[in-house]
Amino acid sequence: MWDYTDKVKEHFTKPKNVGMIEDADAVGEAGSLVCGDMLKLYLKVDKNGIITDAKFQTFGCGSAVASSSILTEMVIGKHIDEAKNITNKQIADALGGLPPEKMHCSVMGHEALENAIADYYGIEIKPHEEEKIVCKCFHLSEEEIVNVIKKHNIKTIEELSKITQAGSACGQCISELGKLIDKVNEKKPMSKVQMIIKVNELIENHIARELQKDGGDIELVDIDGFNVMVRLKGSCSMCNSAKLTLKNFVEATLKENIDNRIEVIQVND
Amino acid sequence: MTNIIYLDNNATTKVDERVAEKMLPYFCKYYGNPSSMHDFGGNVKHAVDEARAQIAEFMGANTEREIIFTGSGSESANLAVKGVLEAKKGRKHIITTRVEHACVLNQYKLLEKEGYVVDYIDVLPSGELDLSKLESMVNDDTALVSCMMANNETGVIFPVDKVAQIVKKKNHRTKVFVDAVQAAGKIKLDVKNTEIDMMSISGHKFHAPKGVGALYIKAGTLISPLIIGGHQEKGKRAGTEAVPSLVGFGYAAQLAQENLEYEATEVKKMRDALEQNIIKSVYNARINTNTDFRVPNTTNIGFQFIEGELILLHLSELGICASSGSACTSGSLEPSHVLKAQGIPFSALHGSIRFSLSRFNTMKEIDEVSSVLPKVIEKLNNISPFQKELKDLRAKSLIVR
Repeated sequence: MWDYTDKVKEHFTKPKNVGMIEDADAVGEAGSLVCGDMLKLYLKVDKNGIITDAKFQTFGCGSAVASSSILTEMVIGKHIDEAKNITNKQIADALGGLPPEKMHCSVMGHEALENAIADYYGIEIKPHEEEKIVCKCFHLSEEEIVNVIKKHNIKTIEELSKITQAGSACGQCISELGKLIDKVNEKKPMSKVQMIIKVNELIENHIARELQKDGGDIELVDIDGFNVMVRLKGSCSMCNSAKLTLKNFVEATLKENIDNRIEVIQVND
Repeated sequence: MTNIIYLDNNATTKVDERVAEKMLPYFCKYYGNPSSMHDFGGNVKHAVDEARAQIAEFMGANTEREIIFTGSGSESANLAVKGVLEAKKGRKHIITTRVEHACVLNQYKLLEKEGYVVDYIDVLPSGELDLSKLESMVNDDTALVSCMMANNETGVIFPVDKVAQIVKKKNHRTKVFVDAVQAAGKIKLDVKNTEIDMMSISGHKFHAPKGVGALYIKAGTLISPLIIGGHQEKGKRAGTEAVPSLVGFGYAAQLAQENLEYEATEVKKMRDALEQNIIKSVYNARINTNTDFRVPNTTNIGFQFIEGELILLHLSELGICASSGSACTSGSLEPSHVLKAQGIPFSALHGSIRFSLSRFNTMKEIDEVSSVLPKVIEKLNNISPFQKELKDLRAKSLIVR
């Protein structure tokens, strides 16, 4: 039995906006019968570009129906360009989360929405012609798969299948998926500039913000190889547990996200 | 929870209350160790001996010395496969079916990595085995052939005695292992009149408690233990005997034996009624294995163009327990390897539901399920994006009627 949230249960037992819109302004499809998951999304859009109605038809498990149902609720009332920014994570979050094995259900919702919006603008639903389709069952291109591998820091084919379903139907692409995972995970030596940009981005957008909550701050001083020199400011500079913060939070975050070999060194004025 | 209607007896069963009662004194009153020298323990040994005799009788063994108690059906299967390959090394060829239970199939997948060659017997669209190539598959290097007696998902009965005959005729040194977990308590076991070397069963599939199983090992068959320690189970499986469970196991087997006739008549009647009611009232339902060679309690029905997990979740809301081998259930996203091997069309593969009954079900429950299920399916049909396909199916069903 899956650990579904009450929100998921609510949406698969009593799904909202089931059905089709005969004179829909946009229709988007994702998945197929073979995969065991398929979603059709219908949108009604007014002259100002506001989505006034949305309906869905889904072939799939409980979380697939729940993802479709909540997606229709999320888009109604939004401008079509605003709806474009809805991510699969937002769909999952709106349901109070999905089991990792079921994340692909939210991905499918996102795909159907993308396709519907493309349909609205009269853009040919990209047949991915120049792109190489790796998983034919789930119509996943190399680019899409590589993006997922990077985003979720995927190390195994099983993890990849859980999120994208790639390789879980006919299995023909499994060896290729393995190669892509290896390729993405291959450690390329980073140039110093790349390293500085990455470290700085992480410090400014994540680490500093956390410390600022406690009245502290942090800035990057220099980088030498894998030694990252930082200066602690504000209340951090006087804090007794600054060393711990440095090791357990700053260094751990950098290691986790950039390179395991990073060492953080505190520089005093 | 509302009233439960339990139609998932191939997953596990309710412990018969008479069985539970028989077990109780062995927790607090007769708690001795059967291996002890004192009479207090010795008396408990008699209870274990009796359970062994009951299981031997149940499986149709020649003597109770051929029965080894284990902790589960999976352990029995592991002891059989690993034990026999370990005891006689050298030959590297194994034959099995495509539709075995994971406790067997996953062992062979591992063994393939270790250099064993595994050949798989196909199944026909009816769910029955295609034995036409079996004889030619067996060769001098064949160490083991393993074949289940009844399939857990479809209930189809495989002619294991015939399999053993074919195998032994070609190579008498090849060992034959039969996983009878889903057959035990549903049809008669009579292992002594076959050429089968090993057979596994599990208690909780026939109203004994969970955590107890047995392996029949034909006298003279060499087998190495998985669990090393004391001399229990003639050195084939160390560890102090789970006395209360074994007492329950033996008694449940005796009761199951007495109820075989009831299974074959009354349980079958209920299964058939459920099946017919569903087929008549749900136009997109199809029986996945419509053969007479089925255990009397199981039916596997495909609901085309809707998905199995969704059906189960909606039935569960109504207190109805069933199961599915479809994608998305039980942690696996793969559709059932059994139905896939059988060539079930994709339209029904993902929406296949197994209903498995027991002697504790009633015709009233079957009527209840028969009346609510069509409403659930109708509701889910309306969610499906395959409206055109469903409409065609409906039109076809009207013509047939």
